[in-house]
Amino acid sequence: MEVGQMQRRLVDYTKTLFMEGFLDAQFLQLQQLQDESNPDFVVEVVSLFFDDSEKLLNDLSMALDQPNVDFKKVDAHVHQLKGSSSSIGAQRVKNACIAFRNFCEEQNIDATLRCLQQVKHEYYLVKNKLETLLRLEQQIVAAGGSIPATEMGF
Amino acid sequence: MEAAAAADVLPSGSSQELHVLAVDDSYVDRKVIEKLLKISSCKVTAVESGARALQFLGLDGEKGSLGFDGLKVNLIMTDYSMPGMTGYELLKKIKRSSAFREIPVVIMSSENILTRIDSCLEEGAEEFLVKPVKLSDVRRLMKDCVMRGETEGNNAGRRVDKRKFEDDNHTSSLSSSSSLTPSPPSTTAPFGGDVATSELVSSSPPHSSKRAKLHDGD
Repeated sequence: MEVGQMQRRLVDYTKTLFMEGFLDAQFLQLQQLQDESNPDFVVEVVSLFFDDSEKLLNDLSMALDQPNVDFKKVDAHVHQLKGSSSSIGAQRVKNACIAFRNFCEEQNIDATLRCLQQVKHEYYLVKNKLETLLRLEQQIVAAGGSIPATEMGF
Repeated sequence: MEAAAAADVLPSGSSQELHVLAVDDSYVDRKVIEKLLKISSCKVTAVESGARALQFLGLDGEKGSLGFDGLKVNLIMTDYSMPGMTGYELLKKIKRSSAFREIPVVIMSSENILTRIDSCLEEGAEEFLVKPVKLSDVRRLMKDCVMRGETEGNNAGRRVDKRKFEDDNHTSSLSSSSSLTPSPPSTTAPFGGDVATSELVSSSPPHSSKRAKLHDGD
């Protein structure tokens, strides 16, 4: 596949992710911050997000598995996950966290367990999509092309 | 005198780049804020806690706070919610220290809680930024900080230039969060359910110097 085709594919894929709500404007911000002095910036931030999130999801599973659930602790973890997902533009994860926090407040164990499943689901979805997106970018760069800026005006 | 970014005002290549101390317990946020600041021509020291920040400033009880490591800090940006010492507690400690109280402190928070904003401003915070922090926020801060330095004595008290509203308290669940007026157009216009920037009309009395008028931040 030649570079132009790959670039078009990337642009279409990125647009889809925005339209389906997986990513929001904050992700665009990150892309805009990437430059020649730091060409792996987005990959680095996204990787940090993956590491951070997986740890938090583990902590959450453990915390909700206790006989006496400490909802304050659960809430603190969700708050962190909400923060980092918001910072990279992972909109659906962020929204799932918002709902999760509401149920933490109510100390509703069944609902919070469902929320955890929902957050995990959204996380793995966006992880998959981001990995695909970043792989497409890598292929373009490897073929000597440049990554087109995401234009969202229409 | 117009100032667009720190680098535009200060002589290029001078050692007078603004030095910002960023405090946030989140790795992701530290990385992003560091990049935002570097791209705005600042020198950045990013630490993960209030305690580390105080250590860096030399305020942790160790002697020699003045000549600490010769690196003057021009601005402190701190997250509000951190384990151990919150950003608010850090703010108070800084404002109560004779050596560092003049350093502007900006609070960042993902939660847009009016009482929280008020207490931070009351305690002397320069601004309260709602996360996620954007490049336009940092650029505006640079302008304000540098202007402040250039026009000593013209300081008309603290201002909140812009607040973004993110309505966390609605159980909006998986639908997009409440959107307000659209953001101003840019070459890569934001898209989707993202909460847009909006101007806040303050409900506080106009004579209060701590909550001066809001104006177009962008």
